Amino acid sequence: MRSRQIGAILLSAAALAGSLAACGNSGPKSALQKAKDDKKLTIGVKYDQPGLGLKKPDGTVEGFDVDVAKYIAKELGVPESGITWKEARSANRETFLQQGQVDMIVATYSITEARKPKVTFGGPLYIAHQDTLVRADDTSITSLDSLKGKRICQVTGSNSWKNIAEGTNKENKKVDVQLVPAGAYEECVTKLKGNAIDAVTTDDTILAGFAKREGGALKVTGAPFTDEKYGVGLKKGDKETCDAVNKAIVKMYQDGTMQKIFDTHFSGTGLKFTATGAPPAEGCS
Amino acid sequence: MSANVLFDAPGPRARLRNNILTLISAVVILAIAYLVIKALADKGQFAGKLWEPFLRGDVWTGQILPGVIATLEAAVVSAVLALVFGVIFGLGRLSEHSWVRVPSGAVVEFFRAIPLLLLIFFAQAGPATISGYTVSVPAFAAVVIGLTLYNGSVLAEVFRAGILSVPRGQSEAGYSLGLRKGGVMRLILLPQATTAMMPAIVSQMVVLLKDTALGWVIAYEELLNYGLKQIPSNFGNLIPSAIVISLVYIAINLVLSYVANRLERRSRRSRRTTATVVGAPAAVGVSAGIE
Amino acid sequence: MESLFDFSPLVQEFGTILTGFWSTIRLTLMSGLLALILGTILVAMRVSPTPVLRAAGTFYVNILRNTPLTLVLLLCALGLSDTLQLTLSSDSPTNYYWWAVLGLSAYTASFVCEALRAGMNTVPAGQAEAARAIGLTFLQSLRLVVLPQAFRSVIAPLGSILIALTKNTTIVIVAGYIEASAVMKQMFDDYGGTLPIFLGFAVGYMVLTLPTGFFFGWLAKRLAVSR
Repeated sequence: MRSRQIGAILLSAAALAGSLAACGNSGPKSALQKAKDDKKLTIGVKYDQPGLGLKKPDGTVEGFDVDVAKYIAKELGVPESGITWKEARSANRETFLQQGQVDMIVATYSITEARKPKVTFGGPLYIAHQDTLVRADDTSITSLDSLKGKRICQVTGSNSWKNIAEGTNKENKKVDVQLVPAGAYEECVTKLKGNAIDAVTTDDTILAGFAKREGGALKVTGAPFTDEKYGVGLKKGDKETCDAVNKAIVKMYQDGTMQKIFDTHFSGTGLKFTATGAPPAEGCS
Repeated sequence: MSANVLFDAPGPRARLRNNILTLISAVVILAIAYLVIKALADKGQFAGKLWEPFLRGDVWTGQILPGVIATLEAAVVSAVLALVFGVIFGLGRLSEHSWVRVPSGAVVEFFRAIPLLLLIFFAQAGPATISGYTVSVPAFAAVVIGLTLYNGSVLAEVFRAGILSVPRGQSEAGYSLGLRKGGVMRLILLPQATTAMMPAIVSQMVVLLKDTALGWVIAYEELLNYGLKQIPSNFGNLIPSAIVISLVYIAINLVLSYVANRLERRSRRSRRTTATVVGAPAAVGVSAGIE
Repeated sequence: MESLFDFSPLVQEFGTILTGFWSTIRLTLMSGLLALILGTILVAMRVSPTPVLRAAGTFYVNILRNTPLTLVLLLCALGLSDTLQLTLSSDSPTNYYWWAVLGLSAYTASFVCEALRAGMNTVPAGQAEAARAIGLTFLQSLRLVVLPQAFRSVIAPLGSILIALTKNTTIVIVAGYIEASAVMKQMFDDYGGTLPIFLGFAVGYMVLTLPTGFFFGWLAKRLAVSR
């Protein structure tokens, strides 16, 4: 190998190492402090969840979570132009928060006991309920019980199927269903349309997003059986920001913005906005 | 050994038989194609709504092309680094000193044993968790590090095999001319081995390129993330998207193989080797994306 | 960051993790076997006297080798199984298991074929000429003379392909079958995507792949054709 080539390779290696170092150590600043000082925030949302967080071909993101995040950012003093969006996935959410690659995550991130030791949750910002998505012409599935013997989608990396098969739902009812594994809800919807399964079951917001995109081919049954507390994920121990986020959420419900955001994304899907005020805060820890 | 030493040149009867077989295969293939297309059409998979997005300019300029570019960026940087890694550890494994040879072997075996998906995650989450400091590793760097470690280890084995394939007499002749170890390696072994290793290196580059698709796990936005996550989420057309994205990957890889083969043929003309060609790549890459 | 170094989830879910790895082993062995058979057929096609078979073999290898495995598996499960209704078993989990196996082996077979073709290049031309001279047909000379030697010279690459196949099973969830990495994904969602969980699974994969590598290395040395 020529020495010039080796030089070029070493240079690119050095450049890579340099870029690593440069990105290291974002400092102990809380998200709130950063919002106040720099008027900038990096927010993690889903990029592939229609109705909640979806990246469009033109590069913009839209959805329920996105609008909620914009509102919270505005309350923290950051204009829309100061927000940098990043994609949040279940494998990178905790890492992103810990390393400060994102300041907050608004991405159908349910508050659970298992996650609390790793993440500080603001909110809940909304309480979703697990429901069922079926083909529009299917009248046989109306409730949890009627799922018995049906083929439902089991998405790994999601707990929804457990709530049915293992009985962790409001009615404490184990329903004997046939589980069909899949990698993502998008695959489930494809299977549902292709008659390879009978129902997709998860948070009603996610289902409504799909139902709206498919325009009448699929419907949400409207028989909810769990509560999913959507939180705002923050770096562990960032109480200051958490308090500010909770205040913003209360205000968002009071001034009617929440209802507006909800209607924009879920009207016409059968999903109803029933909340009269912000859900009781979980407390920042 | 080329294929034609395995059988005699076809006579008139064999030629007739070949033609008949070709005709039958053509009919069978057309029949299968017809059945598949008909079944897809019955299922509504040819509805214009599902394919229309691929006729839109913004889907190409906003999603597919940025995906292709991100895939190529990660692939090119990792390819260069993996070659360096491969040379260092491949030669390290051939060292006469056991304190170089043993650790090099351990590194290579270790990184070959773990699924790339996990390596990429380590690259992102590992440094901060282990050191206790806030070290943030951007998705691009994590993908590049993972690809480098895995493909570099595979390439290390290719290099080792390549150098071992040069007949011993060559290095002995070098030493007898008074060359030192470095000189024998640089002037005699490496140039000949490179020619022998080219096919294996090219195949590994194709694997590497496809493996960038695993960046999805930490949300690196490459071709598969755009094509199999974002486009279907926008338009609800998972199967058409999978077909189109497969074609894009096949096209990129065929171009890559073609260019590499041209280069190889040119270098083979200008440089003669005594080494035997190193076998097909030692590994099939994990190429993918879950979720 | 203490909580990010918590290994307890691995203990709590130990049974599930073992089941996951058992699925990985089942998938690997069955797909490996099928890929070996299919790969051998493909290499025979690629060197056969019939032009159309040669073309078909080349086409197959070029397509499968250049498509990411995710897409192969996705098109198998969602395309062939769900949309075209080609079911391999009336029992849904068995059906998806076989589609996962088919997808994996179809993809891996193209690599097996290329490895074998490289192995055939190490067989001296005199061997094949001698086989023809004593009147063996194409298939006979392939079966009795060329392939046995080719196989022995590519044991090590075949071992690497098997290792890669083991690691490639991490993707079959898109074909609707649950193995170790799907268990891992489920655990990320339950406990967060933390390093200890990844470490646990990395060790699990190493337990499967390292002995495979050493075994094939040993086998390659033992069976090497001395020339």
